[in-house]
Amino acid sequence: MWPRALSYWLLNYRRTWRGSVVSSFLTPLLFLAAMGFGLATLVDRGPNDALGVPYVSFIAPGVLAATAMQTAVGESTFSVMGAIKWQRQYHAMLAGPMGVTDVLVGHLVYVALRVLVTSAVFLLVAGALGVLLSWWVVLALPVAVLTGMAFATPVFAFAATTESDAGFNVLFRFVVMPLFLFSGTFFPISQLPGVLQPVAWFTPLWHGVSASRALSLGTAEVLPVLGHVLVLAVWTAGGFLLARRAFRSRLEV
Amino acid sequence: MARTLVERNLRAFRHGWITLVSGFFEPVFYLFSLGVGLGSLVGAVTTDSGAEVPYAAFVAPALLAASAMNGAVYDSTFNVFFKLKYAKLYDSVLATPLGPRDVAVGEISWALLRGQVYAVAFLVVVAVAGLVESWWALLALPAATLIGFAFAGVGMAATTFMRSWVDFDYVQLAILPMFLFSATFFPLSTYPDSLQLVVQATPLYHGVALVRDVMIGQLHVGLLGHVAYLVVMGLVGFYVTGRRLERLLLS
Repeated sequence: MWPRALSYWLLNYRRTWRGSVVSSFLTPLLFLAAMGFGLATLVDRGPNDALGVPYVSFIAPGVLAATAMQTAVGESTFSVMGAIKWQRQYHAMLAGPMGVTDVLVGHLVYVALRVLVTSAVFLLVAGALGVLLSWWVVLALPVAVLTGMAFATPVFAFAATTESDAGFNVLFRFVVMPLFLFSGTFFPISQLPGVLQPVAWFTPLWHGVSASRALSLGTAEVLPVLGHVLVLAVWTAGGFLLARRAFRSRLEV
Repeated sequence: MARTLVERNLRAFRHGWITLVSGFFEPVFYLFSLGVGLGSLVGAVTTDSGAEVPYAAFVAPALLAASAMNGAVYDSTFNVFFKLKYAKLYDSVLATPLGPRDVAVGEISWALLRGQVYAVAFLVVVAVAGLVESWWALLALPAATLIGFAFAGVGMAATTFMRSWVDFDYVQLAILPMFLFSATFFPLSTYPDSLQLVVQATPLYHGVALVRDVMIGQLHVGLLGHVAYLVVMGLVGFYVTGRRLERLLLS
C-alpha cells in the first residue's frame, strides 16, 4: 500500500517544487563554483600537493554526498512533524486501509526520490563541467541515495518522537553543519586533529563522501567501497527500525 | 520608546536561548573547518590590500562580516515577517504609545544588539586561536555593527514587500552567493577583471574588506569608502522601512 502514500507526497511536491530550486539545486552548484573554482586557485598552488588531483575534482563528490545529507535531513524534519502534529496527513492516510509501515515507507521513498533527483542534477552539471574523472561516478548516484537514507531514517525517528521544532535547530547547527564541514567534504580528514578522526569514521557522511570520491576519481577498490556501503546500509536499517517503532507508538491507536 | 520593543524581544528570547547560543557556533565551525582543515592546503594568502597572512587569518574577518550579515538578515526578514503577518505583534504594539518608526528602530536595534554579542564572542575565539595581530582588531566590533545596520535596514525594508514565505527564496538567492563570492574565501584578485567589478558592487564585499583590514591592522583612507557604502545602505533601508510600515499598519 505504500505507493499510495508516496503518490501523496509526489502530488504535494508538484505544487511546491519551485521553492526547492534554490535550496536543493542551486546551493550545491554555488558551493562547487566558489570552492572548486575560486578557492581552488589557492589550493592548487598551495604548499603541498596532498590531494594529487585538481581541487575541484576532489570536492565535487564531497559536495554531492553532503548535498544528499542536507536534502534528506531537510525533508525529514518539519514535514514529518507536520504530518503528525500540524497538517496531520499521516492520520488522514491511516484512516484508509494503509498501515503505519506503509505511511513510513511511502514517505521515505519520496525522500529517496528527492535525493536521487537532486544528486542526478548535480552530477550532470559537474560532469558537463568536466570535473568528474571517471565513468564509475555513475555508481556514486546510488551511493548518494543511500547516504541520504542513512540520515533520513534516524531523523524520521527523531522527528516522530520530538514535541517541538526547537530540536531541529539543534540538529541542523550541531549535527548537519559540523558534518558538512568536517567529514572530508572540503579537505581529507587526515587534516583534522587526531582525536577527531575516529569520530568521522562513525558518521555516515564520511563514508558517503569517501565512497563517492573513490568512484568519481576512478580510484575505487571493491572492498573499501563495499565497506562504506555496508556502514551506510547499517545506519539506514537501524534508523528504519527506530523510525518504525517511533511511528507505531505515536500513530497507532 | 523603541527601547521597550528591544526589552520585549529580550524577554521573549529567554525561552529560545538555545537558538541564540547556537548562532554563535556557525562561524566558529566554519573558522575551524576552513582555517585549520583547509589552511594547511592553502598556505599563505595575499589580501587585496597587499598583506600576506595565513589562510585562517584571511577567512576569520570574512566569517565575522558574513555572520553579522546573516544574523541581521535573519532577524529582519524571517522574524519580522512572522511578527508582522502571523503573530500580529505590531498591531498590538501600535495600540501603545509606540509608532511605526519606533517599531523600525526597535527591531533594528535588537538585531544590532544580538549581532554585537556574536561579534564579541567570535572575536574572542579568533584572538584565542592566535589570529589577531593588532589592537586595531577591536574596530571590527563597530564594523560588524555597521554591517548589521546596513543589512537589517535593507532586509526589513524588503520584508515589508513580501507576500508569503515563498518570497524568502529571493533572500536566500541574494545572501548565499554573497556569502560565497564576496572575497570571503578567496581574494578579489582571483576573479577576472569584469567579475571584480560585480563583486565590488555587493555590500558584503565592503563589509569583508573593512573588517579584514582593521583586523590585520592596515588602516587607510579607502576604509572610509566602505563605511560610507554601508551607512548609506542602512539609512536608505531604514527610511523605506519607516514609510512602508506606516502604510501597512496605519492605513
